Parts: sequence; C-alpha cells; structure tokens
Amino acid sequence: MKDANDTPAPARATTGTRSSRRRFLKEAAGVAGGAGLLALGAGLYARQAAALPATALRPPGALAEGDFLSACVRCGLCARDCPYDTLKLARLGDAPATGTPYFEARGVPCEMCEDIPCVVACPTGALDHGLTDITQARMGLAVLIDHETCLNFLGLRCDVCYRVCPVIDKAITLEKSHNPRSDRHAMLLPTVHSDYCTGCGKCEKACVLPGEAAIKVLPLKLAQGSRAEHYRRGWEEKEAAGGSLIGEQVELPVRGMEDKAYGDTRLRPGETPLPQPEAVPAAPAGSGLDSRWKP
Amino acid sequence: MSTPRAPAADPVVSAQSAASARPALPRSSVRGAAQLGLAARPGVEAVAAKGWLRAHKWLLLRRLSQLGVLALFLVGPWFGCWVVKGNLTSSLTLGVLPLSDPFVLAQSLAAGHLPYRQALIGGGIVFAFYLAFGGRLFCSWVCPMNLVTDAAAWLRRRLGLKGGKAPAAASRYWLLGFVLLAAALSGSLAWEWLNPVSMLHRALLFGFGLAWGLVGGVFLYDLLIAPRGWCGHLCPQGAFYSLLGRASLLGVSAARRRDCNDCMDCFAVCPEPQVIRPALKAAGQDHPLILDGDCTRCGRCIDVCGKSVFRITTRFNRSES
Repeated sequence: MKDANDTPAPARATTGTRSSRRRFLKEAAGVAGGAGLLALGAGLYARQAAALPATALRPPGALAEGDFLSACVRCGLCARDCPYDTLKLARLGDAPATGTPYFEARGVPCEMCEDIPCVVACPTGALDHGLTDITQARMGLAVLIDHETCLNFLGLRCDVCYRVCPVIDKAITLEKSHNPRSDRHAMLLPTVHSDYCTGCGKCEKACVLPGEAAIKVLPLKLAQGSRAEHYRRGWEEKEAAGGSLIGEQVELPVRGMEDKAYGDTRLRPGETPLPQPEAVPAAPAGSGLDSRWKP
Repeated sequence: MSTPRAPAADPVVSAQSAASARPALPRSSVRGAAQLGLAARPGVEAVAAKGWLRAHKWLLLRRLSQLGVLALFLVGPWFGCWVVKGNLTSSLTLGVLPLSDPFVLAQSLAAGHLPYRQALIGGGIVFAFYLAFGGRLFCSWVCPMNLVTDAAAWLRRRLGLKGGKAPAAASRYWLLGFVLLAAALSGSLAWEWLNPVSMLHRALLFGFGLAWGLVGGVFLYDLLIAPRGWCGHLCPQGAFYSLLGRASLLGVSAARRRDCNDCMDCFAVCPEPQVIRPALKAAGQDHPLILDGDCTRCGRCIDVCGKSVFRITTRFNRSES
C-alpha cells in the first residue's frame, strides 16, 4: 500500500540509490540478526530438550537418541498403529522433544507385538525397519533399583516382575541366595540379564509397590556400566584356551593354618570325607525363643 | 471512535479530485471510507453487486477445504473411522497413499538423515503437486494456522486497528535459511520443536499441552503487533512453499483491470498485498497475471471485488478481457 502513494516515480529515483541501498543493507542486517537469533534459540532449546528424561522410553527399533531426533518427523503414525495406546506424542511442555513418540513403563508398557506395527508404520526410518524380531528390541534395560523395598529382597515370594516378564527365565531369573536375617530361609532375587531384556517395562508396570516401582526400566546408557576391557576374565580365557594358560600351580600351605582343623576340605587320594556333625540351625538373633523348627 | 459522519443520504463518495474519469467509490470501501474518515468494510460493495454467496465463494470453498482436510484426519481418532493417519508432516491415506511435507524432509536431510522411501515418495508427491499448482495453496487451503491468522486479520480490520510493525518482507527467507542451518548444526529437526504450523495440526489430533500458548501467541502477534506478521513475514514453512510456487500453473489474474475503481478492498483483504500491484496496475509487467510466488491463491480478492476484476486462470492465459 505504501507503494501506491502519490510520490512521482522520477522523484523516488533521484532521492538516491545510495539511501535505498543503505536502507536495504540495514534491513537485511536487522532481519538476518533477528531470524538468526530465533533459529539459534530454537537450536539451543532443541539441544537442551534433547536430554530425554530417564522415565521416557522410545518405541522399539528407535535409532540412538541423536540420530532419532534427525529422523523422526513427529507424524504420529507409530502411535496410531500401536494397538495398546502405549505410544504417545510429546506435547509442548512435556520433557521429550515436542511431537516425538515415547512411552512410560509405569503408565502403559510395551506389549511386544510380534509384528511390531509401530516400526512398520514409521515412514522415515526413525524406527529401524531392520528390527523384525521383537525380542531383539532394546528399548531400555530393567534394573531392580531398590533393594530396600523390593518384597523379594525382604524375603517374600512376590515374584510378580519375574512372572509377567515376556522373556521369563531369560530376561529375569530368580537367583537363590541365603537370607542372613532369618538364617534359615532362601531369598529368591529377581535378576535381570541384559542379553535378553527388551526394556518393554511390563515388570515396572506390574511391581506391586504402591507408588514407585522397585524395578525400573532405564535407558541403556544409565542402566549399564561400561565394560572393563582391560580386565581379562580368567575363566573366559581359560575356557577359550581349553585349559589354564599358566599350567598347574603348586598349592602352597598357609603357614600356621595348615590341615583340616583349619578348614582344609580337600581330600587326598583314597581318603573319605569325615563324618559331619548334624547341623543345628542357629537361633534367631536377639530373641530367646527357639522353635526347634528345621527346614 | 469520533469520526465525522457523512450525510446518510449520500450513497457514494464522488471522487472530486483530478480523477474525474474514475467511477465513484462506495463509502464502505477502503479508499472511500478513508476519504470520509469512516471505518472501512471491504467487501460490502461486492456483496451488494454480486450477492453474499458469490462475494464469499472462494472464502467458503477455502474454509471447506481447510476444515475438510482436518476432518479427514479427525474422523479416525474421534470416530474410529480411519481415512488418513498421521498428520500434515507425514500421513498415510487409506493405508496406501503416503504424503509427507517436503519442508520437514528438507530439515531431516539437512540434519543428516536420509528418510525411507515411503517418506520420500510422499514428499515427492506433495512437492510435485505444489510445484504444479502453486506452493502457497498449502498456506491458504490446507494449513490450520491460516484459520488463526485470518481470524486475527479479520478482527484487526473490524476493530480498525492501525499501525503496528511487521518485520521486513525478506525475514521469512532468512528464517528458512537459518532453520535449515540450525538443523544441520544441531543434527536434529530443531525448528519442529516450536514450529507453530505443524504443532497446531498435531495438537488438534494428539492433544495440545502448552501448544495453545504458542497458537495464541501467533494470534496476538498478528492482531496487535504485526499485521499479517506470521503468515506474511515470518513463517519459514510459507517461505519454503513460496519458493516452490514460483512456476505454478494456476494463478490469479486481474483480467478485467480496466474496470478497477481503485477502491483498495483487494489490498485490504489480501494476505500478501504486494503481489497485486504489478498485475493490477501494470507495474513492471504488461500482463494482468499475478506471478509472484508469495500469492497464496486464496481467491479472496476475487470475492471482495465489486467489479469482478479478478479470476483464477492458468499461467498461460495472460489476456485481458
């Protein structure tokens, strides 16, 4: 509309190309600065928001977070094809990058569909179509993070996380150990194995504790230590070599503590084990009561 | 407002000054109202001349298109009847037709990721469509943000808000460059963190969160600070589609510009008023066709012109009639 004013064209031409050039340069600088600041702000915000919170898990087959953020166009097709409404898109204000898909195990865990519809739906490759076997997914890693509240660690047989695990007896096993408090019971401790855990989160969802779960699925980066590559595991080396690498070793006695009286249980050739005294269970510490119950 | 009122009996402003050859101006038109010091009501003359329906034809078609596209996406999540899945950045129609936003794919490429074939095919289809028919058809016929900024522009006209400072016209192209640069440097779709366009559409389908604030911010910015500030000056997505629409087949032509009575109503309603003058007033070009890539082909100028100066035509039809 400004151009429609009544300034005659020649007058405008004579007021100078110099001032119009100057005006152009000034405007261009201002515009470039403003646009640059806006884009810089977006970039910085993006970088800050790129730190995914530990409770937010990406769908199966998701690329590593950095690559994922360059590949995911936030279309929501994965979330639409999730039959259990596990996946949701982050809204502005949620912790994960706006519009990207994620799920929270304590809310709705992944049901590990065999046909992995979310991965199939992804049009860009943010979810890797190379993942065709859901047991190979690594959305995170379950960690029995709180030994103080876990019922199995208290000596009970809760076992719920173990029972609901879709990869039961591989991803979570119950490892028997001595219960030093009662001194006569076993504790069966849920133990996660990273070779098999897909990070689906069903254990975290099912944990019976009222609020926070004792077992949680964490991003692999948080859940795992780096492997100590310089430490060579003797038993692995031995197995690989098919025998000891340094030959049979001479067993030296510990001076002053030799012999069976000091607990040497090794048997010489031809020797039979000594008769063991019948085991008497220890009385519970502190109480004067002893029910004489034996396992 | 304490504006002096013209005598009620006077139906038109007679253009007293040198323009005696010009036809008389309706007092509701932008220029007519300015001469009388009244608040302008662009389009009233067109309603009187052509009837309400014909004076709103393109506007109604456009709203139908915008809401129709939105409805196609919404009947899935609302009624479980899936026509289109996904959202405007990438979608799948009836399980077979992929469509993707080439602007987002360009960011993804800049960030160093080559998308799968499905997204590339979808992006190619959309790219080819807008290349052929005019990139900014997206802005005026599809983009949900257009409803917001049109509402702001309408309210601005009705409230008679004048002034405000819009950023320079080239801002959006700079921003487009910086958006791609930010994607390349951060290795992520940095702009998509706060792109109000994709965010509004996604929010309508998947839930808003704080996105209301961003949409409200754009509305208030357009209403109070910068006239047509977002769509016309800042939006890098619109800039992308402007570049795409440079050689489109469809365009608006001021074919009957001889009849123009300089009422300025088309300038008042046009979201990119700078594109009209070369065609209407033969400034820098002979033919009456609007070739500027910024033209959104919204057709609102056709609606509000009481003299039926404009029409939609192809880029090869440069005749006057």
